[in-house]
Amino acid sequence: MSAERTITDFVRALRSADVKVSTAETLDAVKAVDLVGYEDREFLKTALRSVLAKSEAEKDTYDRLFELFFQRKQKEQSEKTESSEQDAGEDSGEPQNFMDIAESSDEAVIEMALERAGQASGLQDIRFSTQTSYYAQQMLKEMGVREMEAELLEQLQAHTPEGDAEAERMMDARKKMTARAIEFAKQQFEVFGAGATQQFRDDFLADKRINEMDRSDMERMKPLIQKLAKRLVSKHSRRKRQKNRGQLDIRKTLRANAGRDGVPFDVHWRQTKKDRPKLVLICDVSGSVARFVRFLLLFLYCVRDVVPDLHTYAFSARLKDVGPYLDTSLDGFESAMERILAEIGWGSTDYGQALSDLQVDHWSKIDRRTTVIVLGDARSNHGDPRIDIFEDLAAKTKRIVWLNPEARPLWGTGDSEMLRYFPHCSTVTMLSNLKQLERAIDDVLMHYS
Amino acid sequence: MTIDKDLIAETYSPLSSVAAVSEGLLSVGYISSEEISTAIYLAVHLRKPILIEGPAGVGKTDLAQSLSRYLDVPLERLQCYEGLDESKSLYEWKYGKQLLYTQILKDRLNDVVGDAGTIADLTGRLATFEDLFFSHDFLEPRPLLRAMEQTSGSVLLIDEIDKSDEEFEAFLLEVLSDYQVTVPEIGTIKANVPPIVILTSNNVRDLGDALKRRCLHLYIGFPDAAREREIVRARVPDVSDSLLTQLVSFVQDLRTKDLRKRPSISETVDWARTLLLMHADSLDEAMVRKTLNVLLKYESDIEATSNAIGSMARNAASSSESKRLPSGYPSLS
Repeated sequence: MSAERTITDFVRALRSADVKVSTAETLDAVKAVDLVGYEDREFLKTALRSVLAKSEAEKDTYDRLFELFFQRKQKEQSEKTESSEQDAGEDSGEPQNFMDIAESSDEAVIEMALERAGQASGLQDIRFSTQTSYYAQQMLKEMGVREMEAELLEQLQAHTPEGDAEAERMMDARKKMTARAIEFAKQQFEVFGAGATQQFRDDFLADKRINEMDRSDMERMKPLIQKLAKRLVSKHSRRKRQKNRGQLDIRKTLRANAGRDGVPFDVHWRQTKKDRPKLVLICDVSGSVARFVRFLLLFLYCVRDVVPDLHTYAFSARLKDVGPYLDTSLDGFESAMERILAEIGWGSTDYGQALSDLQVDHWSKIDRRTTVIVLGDARSNHGDPRIDIFEDLAAKTKRIVWLNPEARPLWGTGDSEMLRYFPHCSTVTMLSNLKQLERAIDDVLMHYS
Repeated sequence: MTIDKDLIAETYSPLSSVAAVSEGLLSVGYISSEEISTAIYLAVHLRKPILIEGPAGVGKTDLAQSLSRYLDVPLERLQCYEGLDESKSLYEWKYGKQLLYTQILKDRLNDVVGDAGTIADLTGRLATFEDLFFSHDFLEPRPLLRAMEQTSGSVLLIDEIDKSDEEFEAFLLEVLSDYQVTVPEIGTIKANVPPIVILTSNNVRDLGDALKRRCLHLYIGFPDAAREREIVRARVPDVSDSLLTQLVSFVQDLRTKDLRKRPSISETVDWARTLLLMHADSLDEAMVRKTLNVLLKYESDIEATSNAIGSMARNAASSSESKRLPSGYPSLS
């Protein structure tokens, strides 16, 4: 296999694992290989890494795939040279018959046949682990299992002891080769398909309803939230400056042109800087909403680079500032969450009391640049919802965004006060899955740019 | 100007192999790693810029400086910040000089235009002087242009590219892919010998794919104990072997803790100097407590580690003992 082919195959494997490699980079990789050669594997690995993997996450993927991919290649290469030496004396024709392959004592012959069949049946397009047996079947077909089966039937129908023995031998061979083909397909899946599956799973998870998630989903959510949050951070991290053309900044212009006798070569215009996001988060942590709070907090925790001014309050009966609990590293997040739920997440929910606590203790932290995000189902156990405070709050802040885990038809039913709070909110969104959460936060940040 | 292959080869000939890169950097006091040397080697031979990422204080900027010292070529450094634009990075007209010349020429203006009859005649004559003011003499080259104009190669360091605006990043693309810059009034200036371009980033924001694609990527993380010892030894030659082992093992241990800012190599070097000043010849708890603010830059970090300091110091102190057992302590010099 030529160097170019090897590299393009490898690049394909990388791409399927979500490492973005452009054509230009592939060309660079080929040039790099020309320069360093295949002899020193570690050298090659380091060299290609700097050409192909452009972030820390990509480097991890790269390292894993490099081992998987080139291990196989090396094996292939050494076997090829070995078998070609052996074949030199014998006839150089490749075994084409299924039985010849299966019963070959030379491991290299089997490996090569598998490799060839894999390529012929398009095994590199494998995307899901469930496809392995399908591809294994295709590979067996490529190796001539159909012809062998026809012969097998013949032998069975002959009803002779020799025929039965022959059939037995054939069935053994088929069993052995099936196992080998599946194993090979699995290996290939690791190289070409595993990354794509991960991508698919993530997409699926982002759409899944949060209250239908089981434990294993919850664990996978963490890296996914980090990924989504990172996307938002890079989108919003640029502090937008608006040029207000038409208004001359006299002080700056004079300063810049002092060296030229005040002759304004270099004209500066007034610029207004956009406000940095300022968020106040009010979370209902009673049983039904607790799970959503975890994700919202984790999400905001991950975007805090673009939201330096973030105050977090949690309540069920009384409101408490939980900012200090969350001032930890990401590893400590889970235990911080446990503490919050243990300390605050009991007692009957009282939205009115929470609002009045907010008014008494934390009113000064809210100004006209603040966006207040309320996460809760607005089920206040028939207490006074204190709409009056909420109205004041709405007048005082930039926006109020209410995220409600309940579906729209349930708003206002039973003890839900959602419809009474509704008129004072800027937006009320239903929050059932991660995609909606991402969109809601994106929307909040968008109003600051 | 065209690219002169022989000249390029001659300028960067000291970097003919990875081992040569490592040795060269070592000769100017930079302790390289396999990965760093390979990236430099590839950058020179594939003629590509290198983008270096990694935590602050692991020697990203220092690499560029050492490289220029070793190759004995000038270092052009461009420090990026929000609002950096062409006039600060590429070129600027010398307005003052232009103004001054105009003033001087004013007196002589009559000599030039004195007998011109028509307006057309007049503009024709003035046009011949126009180019005078927008020529190389009135150009103030900034780092990017200077790097392109070096006739014998240079190292161009574009520091903390992540702090610049996205517009500037896009502007850099021409420089990075073709090693040329365009000054509208003069034309395109192409580097005779392409500089070795090193970009550094602390990941304040994600860089654009277009930029990343044009660069080789190198991540410099915290070094392992052996490399860190070599680095500290190179920077602080007076420190004793046992103290060196102890302090490095303490810092390595500290990095595994859950900290807001983990100490970098530069902090280790500072700490080694501090300990030396205080005449410490081995680590003990009191000494570590007194000097911990050199390593940890946040009060919360100092508090968080406070309880563990004693055992960490003891562990570090015993680390040099165990290493000095029978097989003999490996010489570091």
